[in-house]
Amino acid sequence: MTNADARKIVDAAGLAEAVAKLAGILSAALRNRGSVFLAGVPTRGVTLAARLQKALELAGMQVACGAVDISMHRDDLGLRSGVQPLRGTELPLDLENWSIVIVDDVQQTGRTARAAMEAVLAFGRPKRIFYAVLADRGGRELPVRPDFTALELPVPTQARLRVRLAENDGGEEGIFQS
Amino acid sequence: MNDSLNIRGGRVIDPAAGRDADGDVFIVDGKFANSPSAGAAEIDARGLVVCPGFIDMHVHLREPGQGAKETIESGTRAAAAGGFTSIVAMPNTSPVADHPGIIAWMSERAAEVGVVNVFATGAITVGSCGEELAPIGAMAKAGIVAVTDDGRCVQNHQVMRRAAEYCGLFGLPVLDHCQDASMAGVDAMMHEGYWSTVLGLAGWPRMAEELIVARNVLLAEATGTPIHCQHLSAAGSVGLLRMARAKGIPLSGEVCPHHLALTDESLAGYDTNFKMNPPLREQRDIDALVEGIADGTIEILATDHAPHAVYEKEVEFAAAPFGIVGLETAVGIFCEVLLHRRRAVDLPRLVAMLTKNPASLLRLDRGTLAIGAPGDVTLLDPDRAWTVDKNQFASKGRNTPFHGWNLRGRAVGTIVGGRTVWRLAS
Amino acid sequence: MTWTRKDLLTLSELSAEEISFILDTAAEFKGVGKRRLKKVPSLRGKTLVNLFVEASTRTRTSFELAAVRLSADVVNITATTSSLVKGESLKDTAKNLEALAADLIVLRHSAAGAPQFLAERLHAGVINAGDGSHEHPTQGLLDVFTIREHLGSIAGLKVGIVGDIRFSRVARSNIWALQKLGAQVVLIGPPTLVPREFERLGALISHDLDEVLGELDVVNLLRIQHERQKAGYFPGTGEYASLFGLSAARAEKLKPGALVMHPGPIHRGVELDGSVADGPHSVILDQVTNGLAVRMAVLYLCASVPPEDIS
Repeated sequence: MTNADARKIVDAAGLAEAVAKLAGILSAALRNRGSVFLAGVPTRGVTLAARLQKALELAGMQVACGAVDISMHRDDLGLRSGVQPLRGTELPLDLENWSIVIVDDVQQTGRTARAAMEAVLAFGRPKRIFYAVLADRGGRELPVRPDFTALELPVPTQARLRVRLAENDGGEEGIFQS
Repeated sequence: MNDSLNIRGGRVIDPAAGRDADGDVFIVDGKFANSPSAGAAEIDARGLVVCPGFIDMHVHLREPGQGAKETIESGTRAAAAGGFTSIVAMPNTSPVADHPGIIAWMSERAAEVGVVNVFATGAITVGSCGEELAPIGAMAKAGIVAVTDDGRCVQNHQVMRRAAEYCGLFGLPVLDHCQDASMAGVDAMMHEGYWSTVLGLAGWPRMAEELIVARNVLLAEATGTPIHCQHLSAAGSVGLLRMARAKGIPLSGEVCPHHLALTDESLAGYDTNFKMNPPLREQRDIDALVEGIADGTIEILATDHAPHAVYEKEVEFAAAPFGIVGLETAVGIFCEVLLHRRRAVDLPRLVAMLTKNPASLLRLDRGTLAIGAPGDVTLLDPDRAWTVDKNQFASKGRNTPFHGWNLRGRAVGTIVGGRTVWRLAS
Repeated sequence: MTWTRKDLLTLSELSAEEISFILDTAAEFKGVGKRRLKKVPSLRGKTLVNLFVEASTRTRTSFELAAVRLSADVVNITATTSSLVKGESLKDTAKNLEALAADLIVLRHSAAGAPQFLAERLHAGVINAGDGSHEHPTQGLLDVFTIREHLGSIAGLKVGIVGDIRFSRVARSNIWALQKLGAQVVLIGPPTLVPREFERLGALISHDLDEVLGELDVVNLLRIQHERQKAGYFPGTGEYASLFGLSAARAEKLKPGALVMHPGPIHRGVELDGSVADGPHSVILDQVTNGLAVRMAVLYLCASVPPEDIS
């Protein structure tokens, strides 16, 4: 969904590099630290979690992968139009034995991260929760920061930052600002 | 000389005299006269139809006792605004008009504040409960023109038979709201059919009206008293009426505008402005009624004007009272449907159904332009285009399904006893 | 698609897509019941009023629990406790509730069209919990959800509804939902209780349960009510049970995998035998569980429409 004004600030190669970098960070931090579960925030967080899982597997680290839908935990029901269909949460049944890594494409206000954390905690009591993002664009509204970030991409508040992935958007991959 | 008028140049239609030609009509001291009077006001009626004042033989004036819905004053003003010079009031007031004292009160009140002529009917039975005959003779002396339990229907056929026999003594016709209570049931709110099934509302089958029309055929034949079936709605009723009249039985029928213009599909939104008794039915019932009008089976048109307070109608469907106002839209609907869309009647016939025919049934000295008769005139523009605006109604009631409708045909002037009581502001 | 209705009044006005959307949402909410914390904050701070002018403990409890699991605040008003008894009009009662800042009103009323009446006049969302003989949308939805859960898709199934169809809002809601999703509906009962007009909606009619039973994928049994007996619609529950009751013997003729359903409460020995209600075909208890999930979905969706999107 690029429009005429969208500028590509990270190209496909840069995007792939960022994913690899994030996988490396995760590997360094979490290898041999017990069972790790990547919980992607729909929609693109889920795609990213799957790619990270593959990258980590190639690097010899096994992790499980799923999703955490935050719709039921949002704090803005009835305030915005176009409520998205619920997408379902897949988390391990014995949550207390796992470290959950919430995976998302872009971090801005921190509200999504808060909702995701609450959603995970509604399921059970995990050993630990980590938060990993591909890009941090700044503009925090809550005191929630990612533990693992691949790219720092500060952009003005009114700008839109979009990550395009082949599985979700088709066509060219990259990070676009508009 | 304000009871005198010279009405010039209109198309004069007087069915009682078989007259339909351009000409003049003169009223002198409140009665029709042969020649104009010098000081009388002049009305230029070119382009208009000049006919005897319209008679609506089915109006709920709501007084005594229900003045929040309508009063004799507001109801008669509504009649004037609709082109009616005479109306016949139904007795289902509070208390029911089953006693000469109530009839006398109504007549006095109408004389004081009424803008058009008001004729009273008396109940057939005490309280309209369908059991004991009301003092019909005393009410006849007080001036009723017919008896009816309208609002209800005498269920006991023997009682109805006795009533019809007794009325023969006074020359009074019996008007009947034809509804079999066991078939229609207490919950019935709309026509029994596809729509009542979908909407989950108890239905009022055609049979409930047709059964009573059938009993009236037999009773009119047996007693010789004219029985008039009010607000017909069902196809089968027309067939029964046709059969009876072919045999010379003194049975007559009337139709109201809404039963010619709307079907039960209108109730899909649960709008209480479509809740009436008898209910709106299907297209084939409309077609049968139109056919009955066209071939002369049905000879009278009326409104069943039934005003209610706004707060009474603005409730959930089950709780709303039945009925809609009609005086100010009737002429428009009749012209639009019968004259223009269906071409079921020509103008003289339409005028007859609103003048000569009801006058003849009720033995009124109205509905005619005959010399010496009271000078009641309706000025009609059968092609006038207008849009119904319920907020302009003279009636207290706003319960109409026709708000916003574009109609062709409207009364533009109403003259009672030589006085103009209403004129359409141009 | 996105959900744009602040009210749920009928299933007759919903598209097949909208119905499927509700069912998909309900499937997610069913999962909430399996979590450690069976509550989500979606409706936190919102007030839901159960306005039950016609009494019902089961449906009201189900809506109450649904609301509570969504973290809404709940107020219960029943006919006996409300000023409606003192003659306050429905419109004034509802306006008062809105003045108290109710966000959602769940209405059960004996007058068909009462929820429409309210919805046209209130900013609050109105959910129809049963209006006279007209519709009971959440019951229709939970029935269809249950069928979908057990049998996969609805399209192509033959679904029988047995009993007092004429006066049943459950039957009407089911007929709309099933037809829209592509099932063939068969209405079964005595001629006095199964009006032919339903054929115009596309349903088939049968007065012989034994004849059609073996072809049905689902048998949905409706409650038979005493009032109908008194009003002359059928001679007695004994005769009804022998002609239209799903006895143990009749149940032998069911297709393998066929579902037996009932909106409850059941009359054992009348609509069905106790052994059938508890037997392998019965999904009656699933209906109750699913009712909760469906109602959570409906409340969530209707509360999600911002005021500017309301037409």
